Amino acid sequence: MKKLITVTVNGEAYTREIEPRMLLVHFIREDLGLTGTHIGCDTSSCGACTVSVNGLATKSCTYFAVQADKGKVETIEGLADGAGLHPLQQGFWEKHGLQCGYCTPGMIMSARDLLRKKPHPTESEIRWGISGNLCRCTGYNKIVEAIQFAADKLDGKGA
Amino acid sequence: MDKQLNDRVEHHTPTPDGASANVPTSDHVRVTTPANVCGMGHRMKRKEDPRFIQGKGRYIDDIKLPHMVYMDIVRSPYAHAKITKIDASAALATPGVLAVITGKDLEKAKLHWMPTLMSDTQMVLPTEKVYYYAQEVCAVVATDRYIAADAVEKVVVEYDPLPPVIDPFEALENKTIVRDDKDKKTNLIWHWEAGNGERETDDVFAKAATVVEQKMHLPRIHVSSIETCGMVANYERARGHLQIYMTSQAPHAHRTVFALVSGLPEQMIQIISPDIGGGFGGKVPIYPGYVCCIVASLTLGRPVKWIEDRSENLQADSFARDYHIHAKLAADKNGKLVGLKVKTVSDCGAADAAANPSKFPAGLYSICTGSYDLKAAHVEVDGVYTTKPPGGVAYRCSFRVTEAVHMIERMTDIMAHQLGQDPADFRFHNFIRPEQFPYKSPTGWQYDSGNYQAALQKAMDMIGYRELRKEQLEKRKRGELMGIGISSFTEVVGAGPSRDYDILGIKMFDSAEIRIHPTGKAIARFGTKSQGQGHETTYAQIIAEELGLPAEHVQVEEGDTDTAPYGLGTYASRSTPTAGAAAAMAARKIRAKAKKIAAYLLEVGEDDLEWNVDRFQVKGSPDRAKTIQDIAFAAYTNHPQGMEAGLEATDYYDPPNLTFPFGSYIAVVDIDKGTGEVKVRRFVAVDDCGNIINPMIVEGQIEGGLTMGLAPALFEEIVYDENGTCLTGTFSDYLLPTAVESVKWELGKTVTPSPHHPIGAKGVGESPTVGSPPAIANAVVDALWHLGVRHVDIPITPQKVWKLLREKGVTGD
Repeated sequence: MKKLITVTVNGEAYTREIEPRMLLVHFIREDLGLTGTHIGCDTSSCGACTVSVNGLATKSCTYFAVQADKGKVETIEGLADGAGLHPLQQGFWEKHGLQCGYCTPGMIMSARDLLRKKPHPTESEIRWGISGNLCRCTGYNKIVEAIQFAADKLDGKGA
Repeated sequence: MDKQLNDRVEHHTPTPDGASANVPTSDHVRVTTPANVCGMGHRMKRKEDPRFIQGKGRYIDDIKLPHMVYMDIVRSPYAHAKITKIDASAALATPGVLAVITGKDLEKAKLHWMPTLMSDTQMVLPTEKVYYYAQEVCAVVATDRYIAADAVEKVVVEYDPLPPVIDPFEALENKTIVRDDKDKKTNLIWHWEAGNGERETDDVFAKAATVVEQKMHLPRIHVSSIETCGMVANYERARGHLQIYMTSQAPHAHRTVFALVSGLPEQMIQIISPDIGGGFGGKVPIYPGYVCCIVASLTLGRPVKWIEDRSENLQADSFARDYHIHAKLAADKNGKLVGLKVKTVSDCGAADAAANPSKFPAGLYSICTGSYDLKAAHVEVDGVYTTKPPGGVAYRCSFRVTEAVHMIERMTDIMAHQLGQDPADFRFHNFIRPEQFPYKSPTGWQYDSGNYQAALQKAMDMIGYRELRKEQLEKRKRGELMGIGISSFTEVVGAGPSRDYDILGIKMFDSAEIRIHPTGKAIARFGTKSQGQGHETTYAQIIAEELGLPAEHVQVEEGDTDTAPYGLGTYASRSTPTAGAAAAMAARKIRAKAKKIAAYLLEVGEDDLEWNVDRFQVKGSPDRAKTIQDIAFAAYTNHPQGMEAGLEATDYYDPPNLTFPFGSYIAVVDIDKGTGEVKVRRFVAVDDCGNIINPMIVEGQIEGGLTMGLAPALFEEIVYDENGTCLTGTFSDYLLPTAVESVKWELGKTVTPSPHHPIGAKGVGESPTVGSPPAIANAVVDALWHLGVRHVDIPITPQKVWKLLREKGVTGD
């Protein structure tokens, strides 16, 4: 039996009739066509599917879309302000924080969650903050630098 | 030819056999173009990044075509079993299920078996038995991926279990034959030898003063790119056209294989390899799922999508390594290494589906004399069938070089310790000397250039090697376990010269096609395919270097077989050595034509012109010049009569030799006696990849590669139980390093150009993965040698070390 849900994604409200078992990541990718959120492991180990649900970083591959009913979801597509890049996006580009780019959206969404909680993180806090996100290409150090870049640029002004 | 161009071409023009005089080493990144041109040596920000950081990449699962349906796969719960019955009726009765494809269905079209890249055969779907856990048994197609997954559960398969064959040494006893489809009833697939004859090597051993011997296992590991494999196959019956989106590192080669196997005409097959979320060799083979997906589309006449889940990817896709090595290394009375003997068993799984050049069943494993000048070496490998998934892919390595490097670097360290010598001093004593290049190795390689002393010295200076040895001595007195490990590796990449290197008969050249538009902008297409290496940036920089067009104005495209020139793809660090060379050679063809146009426009002879960054100018009066942009416009609007219009060129580059990147790595580890945990405190990596195209990208490749070397050294292993069931089918069991485990790598470099490569580059993506595991393993053994430990197999887990320490009477106190 299908269920009617309304979810606000990147500021826009979407009402859809969906199966209760539909995963949030499939709702975002398939129903809304926002394919920037990726799937890497199906078991919430890799974090490629990380989005923000009601302000909290959430692995959308193990989260039902119905759980987000009446909630607010933010994805990588909603991060930039108009044509400008978010400081995290700038940081990843500037510091070579990505190679294949597949883990990048989830990594950026986790980093954003970290910077919301800790606007001036230490290096160790950054490493633990993204320890739920796997990257196979970069070796992480340049990702850590990218997040430090963004933290400096934001200077506590809210990610 | 003008002088500057002449100098450059003369310096880098390939010689027929790749031979050259000794090449000087520096630590200098050469930059000849200004920042606006951004040629070689500039730290250009990547051109591909804006789409990735905004979530606008286009990966395989992002492809959505009208009327597309979804495929899922039923997999075997047994490692070895007869199939007695497949009942798909309940699945087919499920609303939304369109088809269930079995081996019997494929058999009608003779597609139930397929060739592997190594001229073996592999089941697509079984008709009689399965021979590995999680093997594809049948494919289900449905209108929705959830319905397809439901239907997989409803297919009833009855099995009659057979004895699994897990251990390759037991397999060689031939008690149970894995491949009973073959005439020869044996599990031995092939026997391969390289180097000097056995007797010649034995003679060297007979005269040796010291021989050390060690068995080691490099276990099965998995590339685990964060994106799994997948395909969208779209067969349009009315056109007879098959369009395939595929996670392919080698789209052209795959197109040819599909054409040969399916009988479809090759011009009616288009493969598009979209953005790829990491490859590392795992997206070179053709997996049964791909073939099923194509068959499903051919059957249904509509687009079919297949995306692996992580467990399927870890359990059934190609593995890497699984080499059981027994090595002996000999030294004379002066501590000079003289001989090497290696016997190896390669556990291939249920088919030889490795991704090696055809003539090299053990890949380039015979590079295993490494950086040392030996008199003789004899190398043997036996390929063996077991009831495990087939494979033998790279894991960010050039065809089994990691196995070779691990063996020789471990053995060299064991010898140094055995002789009571410092491992660094011992290496200096035994390195091939700079003046010996080009160096002919006992196993037949001709190393192009190198300076191993400079790289190791630099690494020692950076890390403060002598002080660390003092610290280690003091700590040992206090009972603390600290180790220092060195790896001075030699890589061999860039396959390869067409006389020796092919895949299924297709020679391993690669290609570039450059078209300059009238407004002085360009598009360049290549036979390779980036999976994160940054080709859109580095190829543009090579063209910028050669033609003076700003790299920003060069659009790079790869991956569409309808538009890109034919090439063999990206793996084994071959893109820069082959397609990067093709880019330079194609650009030089364009420059030769540009010179004729410039001479016409300036009304001078070609001999009166010289090249200066982005223009031809009249010698002695540089004000009289035509920029490449002027020339491009003229090529379409005002070209000399009798000359073809346009400004474009294609080059198929057949390298005269492989390239031999090298480096020296030093790891410092501390071992926790209580838990057995190995902590990599410091790691200095000095790499020499020849001339550098983009230092930022090279550093990124090295840091990523080092982390992918740390992974098998300390964490990763594909494990099977006694039934052949894979126990590491999720990322909770198969442990990739996170940002917490990763090390703060300290990078250094030396620059020794390749003498035979047009831009002097060698390739870099894999050196760190190849070179780093033995540095860590050597450091661990170095910390434990005084306790009587001679070797520890990777992955060096806390459990393994804890057990070793307890055996040696060391407690946590």
